[in-house]
Amino acid sequence: MSAAGTIKKPQLAEQGFKYQLIAPSIFVLLLIGIFPLVYLLIVSFQGITMMDNDTSFHGLRNYAALFGDTRLWEALLHTLLFTAIALPLELILGLLMAQLFIDHLPGRQVFVALLVLPVVIAPIVSGATWSLMFDNRFGPINQIIGWLTGEEATLLWTISPDLVYPAILVAEIWQWTPFMFLLLLAALSGVDKSQLEAASIDGAGYWRIFFRIVLPAIWPVMAVAILIRGLDLFRLFDIVWALTRGGPGTMTETISIFTYVKGFQQFETSYTAAVALIIIILLSLVVFLALRRVGLSR
Amino acid sequence: MKRSRRRSLRLGLRYVAAIVLTLMFLFPIYWLFMISFKTADEIFSYPPVWWPESLQFGSYVVLFKDGDAATVGNSLIVAGVSTALAMFLGTICAYSLARFKTGGENLANWIISQRMVPPVAIVFPVFLLYVWFGLVDTYFGLILLYTAFNLPYVIWMMRGYILDIPIALEQAALVDGYSRWQVLWKVVFPMCRAGLFATAIFTFVFAWNDFIFALVLTRTEVTTYTVQVTHYFGGQSNLWAKISAMSVLGTVPIFIVVAFMQKYLVRGISLGAVKG
Repeated sequence: MSAAGTIKKPQLAEQGFKYQLIAPSIFVLLLIGIFPLVYLLIVSFQGITMMDNDTSFHGLRNYAALFGDTRLWEALLHTLLFTAIALPLELILGLLMAQLFIDHLPGRQVFVALLVLPVVIAPIVSGATWSLMFDNRFGPINQIIGWLTGEEATLLWTISPDLVYPAILVAEIWQWTPFMFLLLLAALSGVDKSQLEAASIDGAGYWRIFFRIVLPAIWPVMAVAILIRGLDLFRLFDIVWALTRGGPGTMTETISIFTYVKGFQQFETSYTAAVALIIIILLSLVVFLALRRVGLSR
Repeated sequence: MKRSRRRSLRLGLRYVAAIVLTLMFLFPIYWLFMISFKTADEIFSYPPVWWPESLQFGSYVVLFKDGDAATVGNSLIVAGVSTALAMFLGTICAYSLARFKTGGENLANWIISQRMVPPVAIVFPVFLLYVWFGLVDTYFGLILLYTAFNLPYVIWMMRGYILDIPIALEQAALVDGYSRWQVLWKVVFPMCRAGLFATAIFTFVFAWNDFIFALVLTRTEVTTYTVQVTHYFGGQSNLWAKISAMSVLGTVPIFIVVAFMQKYLVRGISLGAVKG
């Protein structure tokens, strides 16, 4: 937003220099971005598998196979399911937590500093942590449930088909609700207090004030938070890997896990190339358009 | 009088809620850390024990004796070098985007969108290329990928920080006869020192915490700590002590670093959306 950026000073704009500065970065980005993309495209038209190094031209066969692959569509469904449940919950819980801390509360900084710790832990480590927590015998979760219900709990959190989703969601929500909390707390602190007081004096109720004044004020930040978390959830891998490895069977397999298994465990190289290529193209497009909408670059 | 009592009651209730909430969020971390200080009997006692009889460091001794702890060193090398590279390349690129509007908003948006693509889709072709060039399980290969993956973040964040500093100083320096590189080195970098520092920390943490790139691209030589943790997964549960001790070794440095970063945390994780 700084005014400085908009002042036009032709003397600073020296053509050679400006490209000299971006050249190395663009080179590296293309090296890891475009080069592999081209390679993916080539491989995806071939028929390479673990058994067969068939580099002849197969046309769109791999792409056609995509449509009939129920496992892929199920993985997509699981991914969307995780996103559809975790994202709103993280948002609402984060907002509630932010509301709790928005007013004067001595020692707030200490609370906030402690609450954000889950965010900076490696996701694979938090997955490992929760697998220890959820252990049916030596984990504290079943122990606590036992205390609450009065009878011994032996729930198989990472194995039982009814419990794997809740288990993964708990770990996911535990790690990322503080992210929402932190962003929304910052956004709420920026809301004009005098406006709230004026509305309250005018007799507007809590919800009315929230939806008419607070929500529009924090929306820009909220939109970015939703975008970041939504994209993160779409590539969900580590926590699921640590807790269930996509199991039981393929019940919790996400798109990322599916791609990993196909490419690095079953070595269906050409088919995986087609999957990866589609993912990259679709997501780049979605992100690019979403970013323009959200206006993050301004 | 009555009013102030109600207010202090409200504050008290909020305190209780805040404390309960914080304890709930910290409990898993406590549990992870505590297991690393337990004896094997304590880890596998039923019902679970919530605090060890005495602090045992045996799990850590084993990790250091077996050489597993060296994977933290690998993480340090890979994350450190790639951060330095990404910071230098990214910051000069950001300067160009910020001051000369190179590529306009579209280039900036394209760059950051490069970072949002699922890592698994990127690492697959990169792996095939690395096999070809013999870069699998090398420091260079991992550093190159982390540098590339973190570049968008650095460019994006530093662009924001550079836009925040006044342009007049740079113009004055040019008038004084500084070369353009000198302007960058002697005016711009010092002016956005805090931003450079904050961005570097986050870049470092991203590389440090990464799992999937390292999982695919390392074998034995440059295994990072996140991959090492998963080596203890599954099968025999008697490796819990190692899981937790290894995790603690990798997590404590981040906690320490983040403790000094509170001021920059919001801006760093919100991709600059909140100036904080």
